Amino acid sequence: MMRNFKQDVRFGLVPLLFALCVLVTVTGVSPVRAELKVDITSGKIEPLPIALPDFFGNGAQAQTLGRDIAAVVSADLERSGLFRLIDRKAFIQARSSLRIRPKFPSWRQINAQALVVGSTEVRPNGQLRVEFRLWDVFAGQQLVGLRTDTEPRNWRRVAHIIADAIYKRITGEQGYFDTRIVYVAESGPAIKRVKRLAIMDQDGANHRYLTSGAELVLTPRFSPTAQEITYLEYRGGKPRVYIFNIDTGQREALGDFPGMTFAPRFSPNGKRVIMSMAQDGNSDIFVMDLPTRRVSRLTSHPSIDTSPSFSPDARRVVFNSDRGGRQQIYVMDSDGGNPKRISFGNGRYATPVWSPRGDLIAFTKITQGEFYIGVMRPNGSGERLLAKGFLVEGPTWSPNGRVLMFFRQPRAGAGGGQPKLFSVDLTGFNEREIKTPTAGSDPAWSPPKR
Amino acid sequence: MHWKILVTVIAGLALGACETTSDNTGSAQGGGSATGQGSSSGTSGSSSPQVSSLAPGGVPAGSQEDLVTNIGDRVFFGLDSVSLSAEARATLEKQAQWLRRNQGVIITIAGHADERGTREYNLALGDRRATAVRDYLIALGLEQNRVKTVSFGKERPVDGRSAEDAWSKNRRSVTTVN
Repeated sequence: MMRNFKQDVRFGLVPLLFALCVLVTVTGVSPVRAELKVDITSGKIEPLPIALPDFFGNGAQAQTLGRDIAAVVSADLERSGLFRLIDRKAFIQARSSLRIRPKFPSWRQINAQALVVGSTEVRPNGQLRVEFRLWDVFAGQQLVGLRTDTEPRNWRRVAHIIADAIYKRITGEQGYFDTRIVYVAESGPAIKRVKRLAIMDQDGANHRYLTSGAELVLTPRFSPTAQEITYLEYRGGKPRVYIFNIDTGQREALGDFPGMTFAPRFSPNGKRVIMSMAQDGNSDIFVMDLPTRRVSRLTSHPSIDTSPSFSPDARRVVFNSDRGGRQQIYVMDSDGGNPKRISFGNGRYATPVWSPRGDLIAFTKITQGEFYIGVMRPNGSGERLLAKGFLVEGPTWSPNGRVLMFFRQPRAGAGGGQPKLFSVDLTGFNEREIKTPTAGSDPAWSPPKR
Repeated sequence: MHWKILVTVIAGLALGACETTSDNTGSAQGGGSATGQGSSSGTSGSSSPQVSSLAPGGVPAGSQEDLVTNIGDRVFFGLDSVSLSAEARATLEKQAQWLRRNQGVIITIAGHADERGTREYNLALGDRRATAVRDYLIALGLEQNRVKTVSFGKERPVDGRSAEDAWSKNRRSVTTVN
């Protein structure tokens, strides 16, 4: 039931995305002056005060949807840490008259810098029409205007798309609200922990389990191009890399290797999977071309080589190796040539993941009994630590390369650690827990939906 | 001797059908099942008499229980280490002798790590530990086709607490009769 629903939503949204049309801006198409802008690359950011009244609905159903959409958009913007939602009790202008045109002085009076005005309409054919405009209150100008027609049940995605449009217009960066998270849901005692693949929207909505928990599963990662996840599963007691199709629920072992395969990730074009294979006590890195199933070996070293991740241009691979005596991060060419160590700080470095922007590599660092999530440039310079804990691990990038998600496990009693998911901005600020129904680990952020 | 081998093989086959991924404490798996299962999996359709030899202590020879009680099913590792301590080698030498005595026994060696490492590296580390044990047993004469390895990384601790004494118990390899 759930699966069919999700599937329909996905297909239903293809027309939705094309139907998004830009509403004509009041001042024409010329770009407005860049007065309303948040620079998300600097340190701690003063959130932008934004007013977001419920969307105006043309009937009972539309009003409910209008309220729900406004709530989801507000929550997305608030969680980003870049916006401060102004208390609605302070609003002066009545919502009904907003439809005509905002009275900017009354929004300036409550110090709103941006104003979102939207409407929802259930059409005679049952379709939901949503319109919204983002206003620069001080300039009195429209910054964005969009309209979409879709099935009413798609209202959540519409809300995320609106939040993405607002985020993009204000920050100049792609939004990441219309995305999902796959992770490992954990239950039971540590000595017999049950782990299941689970998937949810980035805000925790539409949560569902993908596997039953009968088999141990670890380290899921999204395909950048398909509704697929690659991950590790102990099916029949044999740890192997699998590909899981989110729409059909089908899973398939990847290749027939003589040893354990693990630590898989897709290449940027989704056509290859890079992973480790352990044989006779030695783990090396291999890449499989999915269409031909041809396997190439990238490393051949008696050390542990694991956790490989492609650069976004697929020319290089960052990976974890203890060839120098302890765990460090190395970068090599994508054919395995030219390996160079890039981490030189104190402690051990692990789980490198290349940012989708290409500018940074996120990692886990272990030093003096503490774990850290950090980033460094691909040449190893500019190391910054963003999060800390008794155990933090497994960073994953938002598709715009501005936010990292990871898991944190506190010091445990006899029942074992109860990990939780967190996100943190690249600035090191705005750390947030991502609520999940049970303990959760190994998060992976989806690419933007298409 | 002949009977013993046959029964052990049958017991081994029956056990092979059991799940091998569960908690490798050993006691749950091998214990008690070897004696009872000779009959249920009788080979030629004829009702074979139930014969099993008993190891010291009254447990079925060649069973997991025998291994756990009389030999020791596990060895422990230092922090981030795969080297076999003198104590570990002594245990493995006893395991090798035991495996010589119980020729029908096929084993799986599971390698484990503590929680103070990253997941993927620990999977590789567990594989290294299991392989170090396997190689030592092979060097002591165990036939290669009687041993398999698997790594659980930090996924299957015996003690879930975040404490030094728990971690030192969790950095281990466990030998399981298949």
